[in-house]
Formats: sequence, C-alpha cells, structure tokens
Amino acid sequence: MKGLKKKIDKIKPNFEKGGKYEKLHSVFDGFYTFLFTPNETSKSGVHIHDSNDSKRTMITVVIALLPCCLFGMWNIGYEHFKAIGEADKSMFDMFVYGLFAVLPQILTAYIVGLGIEFIVAQMRGHEIQEGFLVSGILIPMICPVDTPVWMLAIAVAFAVIFVKEVFGGTGYNFLNVALATRAFLFFSYPSKMSGDGVFVSLGGAAPVDSYTGATPLGQLAASTTPDPVVTDVLGNPLSLSDMFFGFYPGSWGETSTFCILIGAAILLFTGIASWRIMLSGFAGGLLMSLLAFELSSDLYPVTMINPWEQLCLGGFAFAIVFMATDPVTACRTNIGKYIYGFLIGAVAMVIRCYNTGYPEGAMLAVLLMNCFAPLIDYCVVNANVRRRLRRAPAKIEND
Amino acid sequence: MAKTINIKKGLDIHLKGTPSDTVIQDTTTDLFAIVPDDFPGYTWKTAVKPGDHVKIGSPLLQAKEYADIKLVSPVEGEVMEIKRGERRKIEFVSVKKSGEQCSETFAAGNDRASIVTALQQSGLFACLRQRPFDILPMQGVTPRDIFVTGFDSAPLAVPMLSDEVRKYLVKGLKCLSLLTDGDVYLSVPYDSDFDTDAAVVYNVKGPHPAGNVGVQIANIAPVNKGETVWTLDAVTCARIGRFMQTGKPDFSTDVALTGPDMKNPHIVSTYFGAKLSTLLEGEVMDKEENVRIISGNVLTGTRCSLENGFLRFPYRQITAIDEGDKADEFMGWASLSPSKYSVKHTFPAFLKGLSKPFSFDARIKGGHRAMIMSGEYDKVFPFDIYPEFLIKAILAKNIEKMEERGIYEVAPEDFALPEFVDTSKLELQKIVREGLDYLRKETM
Repeated sequence: MKGLKKKIDKIKPNFEKGGKYEKLHSVFDGFYTFLFTPNETSKSGVHIHDSNDSKRTMITVVIALLPCCLFGMWNIGYEHFKAIGEADKSMFDMFVYGLFAVLPQILTAYIVGLGIEFIVAQMRGHEIQEGFLVSGILIPMICPVDTPVWMLAIAVAFAVIFVKEVFGGTGYNFLNVALATRAFLFFSYPSKMSGDGVFVSLGGAAPVDSYTGATPLGQLAASTTPDPVVTDVLGNPLSLSDMFFGFYPGSWGETSTFCILIGAAILLFTGIASWRIMLSGFAGGLLMSLLAFELSSDLYPVTMINPWEQLCLGGFAFAIVFMATDPVTACRTNIGKYIYGFLIGAVAMVIRCYNTGYPEGAMLAVLLMNCFAPLIDYCVVNANVRRRLRRAPAKIEND
Repeated sequence: MAKTINIKKGLDIHLKGTPSDTVIQDTTTDLFAIVPDDFPGYTWKTAVKPGDHVKIGSPLLQAKEYADIKLVSPVEGEVMEIKRGERRKIEFVSVKKSGEQCSETFAAGNDRASIVTALQQSGLFACLRQRPFDILPMQGVTPRDIFVTGFDSAPLAVPMLSDEVRKYLVKGLKCLSLLTDGDVYLSVPYDSDFDTDAAVVYNVKGPHPAGNVGVQIANIAPVNKGETVWTLDAVTCARIGRFMQTGKPDFSTDVALTGPDMKNPHIVSTYFGAKLSTLLEGEVMDKEENVRIISGNVLTGTRCSLENGFLRFPYRQITAIDEGDKADEFMGWASLSPSKYSVKHTFPAFLKGLSKPFSFDARIKGGHRAMIMSGEYDKVFPFDIYPEFLIKAILAKNIEKMEERGIYEVAPEDFALPEFVDTSKLELQKIVREGLDYLRKETM
C-alpha cells in the first residue's frame, strides 16, 4: 500500500489550488480519504478521538441494509418467474434476474446523487460527505421495480438539490432525502408508482391467467368484500409467515420484515440507530392498528386485517427501522424521540387504514413528522429551560 | 456524615502507561516558566526585567486590571527571558533556579479582605477558578459557594489525597470558608475515608467526568445566572492551608509522567512550570514517529513542545502519546482491528474489552462534519443540560439561548468526553471556550 500511497501523493499537487485539475479537488479528496484515513491530528481540545467516524457510520447502515437488499433482489426474480409460470427456476437464477432488474436504478441513484454532491462540494470547497452512500441504496429499495430510470434521475436530483443541498448539505436537511425522492415520484408520476402494474417485473413475458400484480395493501384498499383476503401474484392466500418473510410483491427492498429486523439488530447493536424511535414507532403502529382492528368497518377494508399482519405488510417496518431513525431529520432529545417515533407509527397506520387514496402511509407519516421534529425538540428543551429558570434565585427572575 | 452522589453518565478511557507510585525528585531542571495563557480572565503585564533576582513568591506578572493579582515565581533565581510573540503578547516568563530557594513572606489576617489580598499577592489566587466563564475569580466578587474536588477522574490521573495533601487540607478548607457566605464543598472518591467538619463532604461515585468540579457543582448546587462560585482542587486547597500556616507560598508539585510513550511511567517531584526538556530527559520513548507531549491529560491537556515547552497549569500530569501523523492507514474506515477504540460497536474493540488499556495516537480519525448523530454527547455528559442544543446556541452566537440552555454551568473541560466520542469530530471545547469568551465580552 505504501507504493500506491506514494503514487497518489505524487499526483496530489495537480488537484490542489493552482494545480491542473484544481476543479476536481473535492472529488480527488473524496477518493483519497476513502483510500487512506486522513493523518490529520487534533489541533485543539481532546488529543485522542474515538475511531468511529461518519464514513464508518454510513457503511454500517449500508451493511444493515444488505439483508433486505439481497432478499429483495431474489424476491423480484421469484415473483417474476412465479408470474410467468416458471416458478421452478433456481434461487440463483431468481437472484440474478432481480439483480439485473434493479442494477440500473441503483447506478442511476448513485451517479445522479453523488454527481450533484461532488459538484456542490467543489463549489463550496468542502470535503465530499458520505450521507448519500446510504440514500443512494435506500432510494431504489423503496421504489417499484419497474420505475423508469429517467424518473428516478429527476426525483433524485430534485431531492438532493432542494431537500439537502439548498439547506447546507449532509446534516442540515430537514426531510429524509430518500423519502423526499419517493414522495416526488409518488406525486409526480402516480400511475408508475402505484396500482397493480408496477410492482412485479414481468420483463415483457406474458403472465399466467391467475396473475394479479397488486401489492397486498393495494388489494385491500381496492377490496369491496366484507372479509378481504390478501393473495400472492397467483391468487393464493398469503399466510402470516409469507408476510413476515416477505414473499409478496411491493417496493422491492421493504417486503421482508425478517430481513428488516436483522438490519435493525445490526443498527441497534452497533449503537447507530435510536432504539427509542424504533420501540416507540412499533408501539405506535401496533396500538393504532389494534384500535383500527377493534373498530374495523367495511368502509375501510384495510382495518379488517389484524395488527400483526399490518406490521408485516407494506413499508411500515422498513420506514420505522431505516427512515424514522435517520438522526438528522429525527428528534434529537431522548424524550422527543419517544414522541416522534410513536407518532410516526400511529400516523402511518391512520393514513393506511383511513385514507383509501394512499395504500401505504409510512412515507407520508415520516415526512410529516420530519417537519414536526424540531417543534417537539423545542418543547422538550424549553421544559429544561423553564426548570433552570425556576431554580434561579427570585431576584434574578425579576431582573 | 458525608453525602453520596452517584454519577451514571460518563466514560473511563483506559490508556496504557499508568504511573507507578515511585516518586523521584527532579534535580536536573533549572529553568521554570509561567505562561500567562494558563491564567485567563485578566490581561497580564510584566513586573520584572530579565536579570532581576526573584524569590519564591516574587511577582513575575501582574494583572493590568488590578495590580494586586499576581503571577509569581515558583523558584528563587534570576529572571532569564520574557518571551513575546505576535503583537508583543507575553508567551512566558522564565526563571533560572539558583540560590537557597528562599521564599517571600506574606501576612494573612483572619478577615476576608486580608486573606484575599495575601492570596492574590502570593500567586495562589491565580490557582483558583470561577464559574461562570471558567476564568480566574473576578476581583471584588464574593462567591456564593466554593467547590473543591478531591480527585481527578481523567485518564491516567493519580489520586490527589496524598498524606502531604491531607496534612494541610482541613486548614485550607477552613481558610476558604472565610471567603464565602455560603458553603465550602469537598468531593472525594466514593471509597475514600476522608471526612471533615470544615466542609460539606460528598462521596462521588461513577466514571469520568465524576472528578470534574463542574459535574459536582451540577449535582450539588448548580450555578444560576448572576451567581458566581469558585472552584479548585484539593492540592491547591492544601497549598493554601500550608500558606496560611507558614505565610510562605510553596510551588513544589508532584507530576505524574504517564501515557503509552513514557518509558517508565512514574511520579516526579518538581516545581510549577518546569522545563520539559530536562524534566523528561530519558523518559520519553525513542520512536521513529513523532511523539506528542501533553501537559495534563489526553482530554483537556495542552500540547507542548518537548524541546521548548514548560509544564503548564494545573501542573499535575504529563502524558506522551504517538502523534500518528505518519500512520498512512489504508481504508481505515473498513478496519476490523480490535485495537481501534470505539464506544460504539462499529469496531470490534468491544470484543477485546474497553476496560483493557488501549494505545491511542493523536489523529482525529475521520473528517469534520456537521452535527449528524444525536444523543452521542448526552451519554457522557452528566448535566441537566442538552449539550447539542447548547453547542448550537453557541455556534449561532445567540446569547439569550446560551443563557437559557445553561452555559453558566459549564466549562470547556466538561465537553471533553463529548468531543472524544463525537462522530462528526467537532472541536467542542474550542467552541465552548469561544462561546464563554464571547458571552463575557458582550455581557460584562
């Protein structure tokens, strides 16, 4: 590695101020610090630092996403071959089919998003920040498999520029970038983002006769019978374990609650995500769906399924584990985190159950609570401020 | 009967290089210096010229704002140099030790005014600090209470309550009780048997920063807006006790030589401001890479040059660690090495056990980022304060919000552990210091 370092150090001056490739300084610096941990030593304050940095944190989140990502790819192939009547294909074939189905989306998200980040970092003279490493993989995972890449490119560009960079970049965005991308797609191209034609990749092949492409929540929302049954792509009823392990069509990264829980375990064990938000998020979702189930009515068919199924279906679990816990857009105080998580869970279920226009409410719930997070924190911090004022001697209060 | 405080939040960082109990007398060092930067709150001007003969306790510098407050010579000898930096700022005043080490004598009465004057003139007043602002006590302000910490919980610190300190501690506490209308509080370690009627004694249990006087204040009687408290450690308190008994200030001090890069960590007995090149002769490991010498501990100490540096206030510890600027680590963010310390479980160090001693270097181990992770600071910050929000108020220079969120209760050292664990590598102690200075400038 010493040789590589020497070589890179040799070309380094070209990228510094006054060098030939001065305009690529941030890009070079980004790759340089990726390869070699900076040797910058502390100049003020503490002389030693914890080894954990922003790069390690983001990489850990990406690792936590891998189980969902790999399962999602396989599931795309599985649903595809089932839909066209070739369910006897090997697991490997299914995985490869899914991988190539989503690869263009993943590449698009990274190229557009990182491209914008690199340009902005260079304009500002900043270091490249690694926040988009996570967003770049999250975005395709929460979109339908058949999302056209040009739509994705526009949505990513919108979210990175108008949700993140105009507010100052990583650490300053007030909305979750991945969900802002999803919301942009959802409201701009509704026909490509919902319905029964976008969640299963048919790849041009003709489906079997009994085929239905709707997601379970889509089926429920459209249901008119008093006792709705959710089915897989061939019309067979889904069991609770199918729902838990994720053998159904949907935005491809978020169907398997099992894989999401593996991710959650990684995030909680490494201490990166807040257990408070996850716990209260699931509690809020569970309580609200329990309430909805108790008061279920034909008018709102989604209320007819039991709370366990509610928690396993759709993007709810994924949103609680990976979206709500985004530290930048969540509450920063511990008490605030309980409130924030609980409300996300509850609001997601309210939207899902009682707004038949939106088959899934998790995205909107997280975005809504992103907007309220600063207000919740303000109230929590103000309670602390009032406590301090009460403690102060009377003569000071009268000043 | 002593009361107990149980500190739950915090972190004990275990570093290699714990000093042995051996105390070696330093006989080689003959140059000692006082650095005005170590005594914030006043502007200092010189009271001597190079070549002047000074005794122990003779003034070297005096405060511009109030001439009675002095920084004094720790040894008898000849003033060597008044080193000035940019814009003629005084960097240090050095004294070459010679003669029989005679001391100036001061007469302290039994009333508040005469004790304060004696302390100011003998240089001991400059060893006290006040909250708010973490500066030398302001002239003419009577403190609400006085807080004395009886232990240092920072990495590799040695116990404070030695037999020598215990001998004069009560005398010092009694003297301090004459300087306030309120109480004098002494915090001792949980397992200490020390008790006295001369102060309100608290036994403090828990990890670092339990020994920080700010944490003790926060748990005993927090500082409110408009109030002032004085703070000091037990060693200084004993020094005051001894001064009250003899009338002569004594600036000898035991310094712990600690850290992974010390050949043979032990304690050495010398005076304030000893020159490091002689004090540390043969003590620091010869390494190919650079070694960082820190006057103080790794969290709050001052970086010093081995060749030209001096022992800096508060004069109790020197730590040597690798600088690490030649490390060239390939893809360090992907490392699975168990020797990379992290309180998070993102690195496998926890498998080895964080209570085992680790070797650190001075790299910041990452890039500077905006505040991204939340709740990191809270875990090591045992105050009823939201540290992230206070930092944000300081960065925004919003005085009203700084006051509301508790800036009067904190000192930069209280933010040392948050700075250590910070993923975004923000320079929190510097931010807090600048915030306190800004607030003082705007409100005084």
